[in-house]
Amino acid sequence: MGRESMEYDVVIIGGGPSGLATAIRLKQLDSELNVCLLEKASEIGAHILSGNVFETRALDELLPNWKELNSPIKTKVSKEKFLFLGKTKSLSWPTWLLPAVQQNHNNYIISLANLCRWLAEQAEALGVEIFPGFPASEILYNDDGSVKGVATQDMGIDKEGNQKDSFEPGIELLGKVTVFAEGCRGHLGKQLIEKFNLSDGKDPQQYGIGFKEIWEVEEKNHEEGMVMHTAGWPLDNNTYGGSFMYHAENKQVFLGYVIGLDYKNPHLSPFDEFQRFKTHPAIRKIISGGKRISYGARALIEGGIQSLPKMYMPGALLVGCDAGTLNMPKIKGSHTAMKSGMIAAETIIKYIKENKDLSNYEEKFKNSWVYKELHAARNVKPSFSWGLILGIIFTGIDQILFKGKLPFTLKHKHADHETLKPANEMPKIEYPKYDNVITFDKTSSVYLTGTNHEDNQPVHLKLKDPNLPISYTLEKFDEPAQRYCPAGVYEVQKENNVNKFVINSQNCIHCKTCDIKEPSQNITWVTPEGSGGPKYGNM
Amino acid sequence: MKILVAVKRVIDYNVQIRVKEDGSGIVTENVKMSTNPPDDNAIEEAVKIKEAGKATEVIAITVGEEKSQETVRKALAVGADRGIHVKADGIIEPLAVSKILQKIVEKEKPDLVFMGKQAIDDDCNQTGQMLSALLDWPQATFASKINVEEGKLKVTREIDEGLETIEINTPAIVTCDLRLNEPRYASLPNIMKAKKKPIEQLIASDLGVDINPRVQQIKVEEPPQRKAGIKVASVAELVQKLKNEAKVI
Repeated sequence: MGRESMEYDVVIIGGGPSGLATAIRLKQLDSELNVCLLEKASEIGAHILSGNVFETRALDELLPNWKELNSPIKTKVSKEKFLFLGKTKSLSWPTWLLPAVQQNHNNYIISLANLCRWLAEQAEALGVEIFPGFPASEILYNDDGSVKGVATQDMGIDKEGNQKDSFEPGIELLGKVTVFAEGCRGHLGKQLIEKFNLSDGKDPQQYGIGFKEIWEVEEKNHEEGMVMHTAGWPLDNNTYGGSFMYHAENKQVFLGYVIGLDYKNPHLSPFDEFQRFKTHPAIRKIISGGKRISYGARALIEGGIQSLPKMYMPGALLVGCDAGTLNMPKIKGSHTAMKSGMIAAETIIKYIKENKDLSNYEEKFKNSWVYKELHAARNVKPSFSWGLILGIIFTGIDQILFKGKLPFTLKHKHADHETLKPANEMPKIEYPKYDNVITFDKTSSVYLTGTNHEDNQPVHLKLKDPNLPISYTLEKFDEPAQRYCPAGVYEVQKENNVNKFVINSQNCIHCKTCDIKEPSQNITWVTPEGSGGPKYGNM
Repeated sequence: MKILVAVKRVIDYNVQIRVKEDGSGIVTENVKMSTNPPDDNAIEEAVKIKEAGKATEVIAITVGEEKSQETVRKALAVGADRGIHVKADGIIEPLAVSKILQKIVEKEKPDLVFMGKQAIDDDCNQTGQMLSALLDWPQATFASKINVEEGKLKVTREIDEGLETIEINTPAIVTCDLRLNEPRYASLPNIMKAKKKPIEQLIASDLGVDINPRVQQIKVEEPPQRKAGIKVASVAELVQKLKNEAKVI
């Protein structure tokens, strides 16, 4: 049966900061334009997870009167701390000795999910048609190879791929331009990058996995506006990562941990590193007596401009972290994502009205402050491949003395799926037991995400070779999917003494880590039925 | 034949409910809201009856705050023809809702009123029954199968002992069980069409219904946490513990 199709001027895939900024800018520049935005979550914001200390630069340009529009940007950063953690000790680093990019006094502590909900209201008020619960599952091409639009996922397909009574076919959404704003490791963006060779001549993309919990803490431990970052324990010198702790409004503390997915030890469990981190005296004293109310995780981009693919192709653009515009030393990507979307919108208007080529996007991007920012930040992440200590020393020189202007660019040498060493060559890590007060297991954590997927649908985590996890990955790497997945999706179970690889896809919180880190790239994340996945509140 | 279907906006069933620190209620801020699940079944059944040519109009109604309109809009996207939103803030108890529904029934004169068997937030399971009493109409609760016949309904009910099939005359009230059907998905074009369907807005107080709560909520607290289990080494130890510690045998 043929699918119905709907035509728009611009079709945007993804309701995060980049997609919404694109939509808003388009309608500001031309209110007549037909713009629609698809979001796979059940509502805008439900799949958004971010620290978040927000720099308002892009928003100031997009909606200069945001302060009058009842935006959820309320808590100004009032105090900053940076700690180096030892196992029990901590050393406070004076903030004046931090590079300027890591200073936050003009920024705000926000919930990015709530910011997106608010941006969606602004977009809808301008006439953007927003469709939550509709994942774009397939890219459509014209005969000449250019991108024509996307198709939404069929709904009501059972486990075996048959149509259920509730079957509802997907719809084709066709745009003069299609904007991909899926965020880090978008599953369509990934296909486009490959098909149009957008990463040719670039370094392999670098990723991290970020965890976040929201804690309601005791009044005496809460300092609204306080921003704290840590490096060091529990990670060793060779693993890239660190924590954040942001004291938001309503006695809430946003607590999180980011670990570079270029880690080498297959026994490492990012989730357990985060849980263990919370037991450090400097952290425990703030959250003890409090209550954990939210949990989530999401992969993020760390590659910077060395890894940034070409962001245009015939008929389509990549914006935000679907391309990879996050500023790693700043640990911020919302403002750069929004700005990239705004530049995309300006390019699209010229393309539609004056027939100017979409390649102008890249030129405009290069002339913007985003590019300048990312250029100055480019050497920080690769320098940490020498270890934490050398990385810090180099970053001090690069960022404080030279302000990112050193006359060379360090390269990212490996893709994250290539970095694991064989399990028998690396030390096993004994993680402490969960105490259910400060530390928790994956099951009770995933429970807090409100994640659900309709039970009777095809597994949305596809194995290229279904035997590989047991025949190769278990043997060589002790199947690290059991540990890198923050939601307990992957398990190796013994049945009659035979190992079996189990995928609990219902638990998936759409972080995309498996798609990135699987050593043989054997797992492909595809969109499940619409509205599936987490239901994050103020993440 | 006209069918009026009542839908309620509740906290999504996947969301973990959190009690407010001061025990004054539950946290609804930053929480995903959805249509009460059995209300989806009620809408689905009404739309199916209409599609079978046995009804001419399906009207979705909700009572609640401004945002409750979303549930009506969703009902419109899966096939309801028009909507009514009776605006009322705060806790609206089942009696108040049924009195509001009574007023709407008097105005709209439907032949059938459908709704979910109960709402998953307060679990009251009262509105349908109270409305039936107020209107003096027959009722069929916990319906898992509905056959529409001339001037009457044959309804299969989910009861403790199994299934019970009853016949009632219309007009009637039916409260729907989750087993009644599988609600359809709203398609994208239908969501767009739903944006253009009318929703009549009324204000509860204008209907002359007293919606003040009659029940005072004193305190809300979480159920006590279950303690972790222990492993025993032998049957003898288990028996000893059950006898002396748990004191259950």
